[in-house]
Amino acid sequence: MGIRFILMVNKQGQTRLAQYYEYLTLEERRALEGEIVRKCLARNEQQCSFVEHRNYKIVYRRYASLFFLVGVDNEENELAILEFIHLLVETMDRHFGNVCELDIMFHLEKAHFMLEEMVMNGCVVETSKSNILAPIQLMDKAS
Amino acid sequence: MALHSVNLNELFTYCWDMIRAIRACKTAAEERAVVRKECAAIRAAINENDQDYRHRNLAKLMFIHMLGYPTHFGQMECLKLIASAGFPEKRIGYLGLMLLLDERQEVLMLVTNSLKQDLNHSNQYIVGLALCALGNICSAEMARDLAPEVERLLQFRDPNIRKKAALCSIRIIRKVPDLAENFINPTASLLKEKHHGVLITGVQLCTDLCKVSEEALEYFRKKSTDGLVKTLRDLVNSPYAPEYDIAGITDPFLHIRLLKLLRVLGQGDADASDSMNDILAQVATKTESNKNAGNAILYACVETIMSIEDNGGLRVLAINILGRFLSNRDNNIRYVALNMLMKAITVDAQAVQRHRATILECVKDSDASIRKRALELVYLLVNESNVKPLTKELIDYLEVSDQEFKGDLTAKICSIVSKLSPEKIWYIDQMLKVLSEAGNFVKDEVWHALIVVISNASDLHGYTVRALYRALQTSAEQECLVRVAVWCIGEYGDLLVNSVGMLDIEDPVTVTESDAVDIVEIAIRRDTLDLTTKAMAFIALLKLSSRFPSCSERIKDIVSQYRGSLVLELQQRSIEFNSIILKHQNIRSALVERMPVLDEATFIGKRAGAMPTSVSTPSAASINLPNGIAKPSAVPLVDLLDLSSDDAPAPSSSGGDFLQDLLGVDLLPSSNQSGINPVPQNGTDVLLDLLSIGTPPAQSSPSTPDILSSSQDNKTPVSPLEGLLSPPSQPKQAASAGAAPVVDFLDGFAANPPKPEDNGSAYPSIVAFESSALKMEFNFSKPPGNPQTTLIQATFTNLSSNNYSDFVFQAAVPKFLQLHLDPASSNTLPASGNGVVTQNLKVTNSQHGKKSIVMRVRIAYKMNNKDVLEEGQINNFPRGL
Repeated sequence: MGIRFILMVNKQGQTRLAQYYEYLTLEERRALEGEIVRKCLARNEQQCSFVEHRNYKIVYRRYASLFFLVGVDNEENELAILEFIHLLVETMDRHFGNVCELDIMFHLEKAHFMLEEMVMNGCVVETSKSNILAPIQLMDKAS
Repeated sequence: MALHSVNLNELFTYCWDMIRAIRACKTAAEERAVVRKECAAIRAAINENDQDYRHRNLAKLMFIHMLGYPTHFGQMECLKLIASAGFPEKRIGYLGLMLLLDERQEVLMLVTNSLKQDLNHSNQYIVGLALCALGNICSAEMARDLAPEVERLLQFRDPNIRKKAALCSIRIIRKVPDLAENFINPTASLLKEKHHGVLITGVQLCTDLCKVSEEALEYFRKKSTDGLVKTLRDLVNSPYAPEYDIAGITDPFLHIRLLKLLRVLGQGDADASDSMNDILAQVATKTESNKNAGNAILYACVETIMSIEDNGGLRVLAINILGRFLSNRDNNIRYVALNMLMKAITVDAQAVQRHRATILECVKDSDASIRKRALELVYLLVNESNVKPLTKELIDYLEVSDQEFKGDLTAKICSIVSKLSPEKIWYIDQMLKVLSEAGNFVKDEVWHALIVVISNASDLHGYTVRALYRALQTSAEQECLVRVAVWCIGEYGDLLVNSVGMLDIEDPVTVTESDAVDIVEIAIRRDTLDLTTKAMAFIALLKLSSRFPSCSERIKDIVSQYRGSLVLELQQRSIEFNSIILKHQNIRSALVERMPVLDEATFIGKRAGAMPTSVSTPSAASINLPNGIAKPSAVPLVDLLDLSSDDAPAPSSSGGDFLQDLLGVDLLPSSNQSGINPVPQNGTDVLLDLLSIGTPPAQSSPSTPDILSSSQDNKTPVSPLEGLLSPPSQPKQAASAGAAPVVDFLDGFAANPPKPEDNGSAYPSIVAFESSALKMEFNFSKPPGNPQTTLIQATFTNLSSNNYSDFVFQAAVPKFLQLHLDPASSNTLPASGNGVVTQNLKVTNSQHGKKSIVMRVRIAYKMNNKDVLEEGQINNFPRGL
């Protein structure tokens, strides 16, 4: 399984979205998020986008004030995950129009719905933005 | 029922007040207060079974959960929402299920039925919800229950359901691999689809099937390899597809998944590998490498080429791509290049060696992730021919590297040096450099090993101790350097002062006796050094007090300053050592003689065996003294005595716990494997053993001879110290009396040494041989100060009713033993045990501590003028002789 968790964190280190594809207790998650955020946010632009932590490899990318962090296992293609983060951001951009931290905070459920259409059980489901957004748009139309 | 449509768009607007309140919090405490208030309100609503606000409460709980607060009380609400009829309720219910629950929760049992119904629902979006939830949280039981539904959905008319069913299947076969075969056929048809979502999920399912089932792997290798190659070719050559295009490449994600599946199929199968060669070559040469997406594909392609069966041309292509990656200025690309070279090294080490200089530069990169990868790679690249220059580079870099990197770097350098060192002096030099630069990062077993090597390099003792002395002048804050240095100065202080064994390469150095004491004293006084180091420094001082008589008085002063130390370990040492210096001049020199050469083989063996043993007997590690301070099982005084001479009693050369002996301190819990010195195993205190000397020999503990034999100079037999000491039946009391009994004991020890003949009781007698006619018993004793030698008194008893004449006893031993037979007391043996014949044997065991004694015997005698010959082998000698 490739993706173990996806985090969105602001530059103060506050978690804005967390989706885990393996079970961790609340305490483990809090500790893990704290450690990872400290490590990743301390890095500068020139340094590479990969950080090894415990038995995870964290692939992260920064968009303005928001960090996208994806924890993967050793088998995963790090560059592909970088590309995947970009796809996720583009998808959110298409829906929210230049997505920002507040969009995700106040529309947490929508962010999760999008993620659900893109990743299941740590595997990529769909890579077409319109296919990803179709169910969400349908829901918007219905209401 | 509040079935009037819940508007999902408005759902979170209800939560906005809460989110705003949380955002406005300035401190964590404020945030906790807001969350506590919200949680209380939600609990109240749950208790009232409020249906209108159920979904809103759940949405709030998801937010609270994300912040890291417990939300278990909302779990049942998820189930209620999932069980309701409307899509919006189900939508939020399933989301809550995936976020708040996990497969360990028993609540999941309850959801299985709802899932089953929803998987069969007429609304495909509801089916999609159920599939997604199942794919994320399915447990083994659920997998068994729901696998038929999922299998059926793999052929559902809408591709969006098929793709989710495919990923759901991955979860199912991972949980229950037995179900894999049911999925082989449906998966094969997914691989033929055109829809990218179905294709990418189908390819992932296929990869997973191949991992869990050999049968599936064979099937797909035969039936699908060509089809997958064609799919990849079509994808590579496909015209512009706006929906999937990234940087001019159509669906790089699908590219990468396909390459990964091809890797699985090609690995270990020449035919399959052959059929994918062309397309791999095409991908490797045609893919644009100026954008991340293209590089991601190249990276996957290289990995596939390296994994499948050999094709020289392709490998060259792949190595070249890695070379290009490695010289790329983008750190991400360099990182994956290093990562990939690690895998390539098993395939083509030569090609990777060509990039050694570049890789070495990466070790010094400012980026921690790159450094780490590069260091691991360098570690794999080191071999006999390049160990010296590479080690030099790494050690040079150690001086300037970041603090947080030093730990990793030090561990790797130490490992390289000890693994590939061509000669001892080089090893010692490199280790000293590492200790001087990063002595605080060196692991215990590394400096233990160094001491063993130093001990074995007798021609380098002087050189080493002088080098350590110099190093200590500049790097006195490096813990492990100080430890090794004080140990060596204690052992080889005389060589330091007299410049013995000077090598040509050395700069001459003049060290006075007082200088040597100074430097050890500094170590004791330095507050930043830890207890183990100080304890070692104490032992070094004790040793120096004997080596340098002129400094004895000064050392006594230093040692006695710690009589009042609040640190029990130091206080105890201070009192004990002070007593030795003051009152026991006659035994001191024997006590502090140079350590025997430490046995490398035993050390390695111990290190290998150390882990499991120490885990298996953790409780024996320490006992609590009445004053509540945990007393380490390391027993300083016994160790101290063990530190005696080459011809010391058994334990020092027994090997089993020589490290403890060597250091004289082992504050970490460690078990004691040696059968010879079972004291710490019993969890008793050293004091008890010292005290137990006062008991009659028959009861004395086996460790007694260790102590007794130190007093070999004193042959005067005296009665043991019964009156002075408590019997072992009240050991706790004796121990709790603190240091006083020790001193008393030592007083008695010097004045009235117990007679060494008591030693015999240390080993039980055995019946070495017994037949219907004859019995032979062995009694054992050890001559003092010579652990290798065993004195055996053989006693023969006639069990028959006839007298034996011309009685001759003969014995033979293997090469590692030497046997000396004294004449027998008589050559006739009276009938029916009415008298015995005794004969003394002396056995010297050159493998003492490693091998036990064995012996073949032959006993000849005449019974009624008839020759009788009895033979046997004796294997039941006590261990440790």
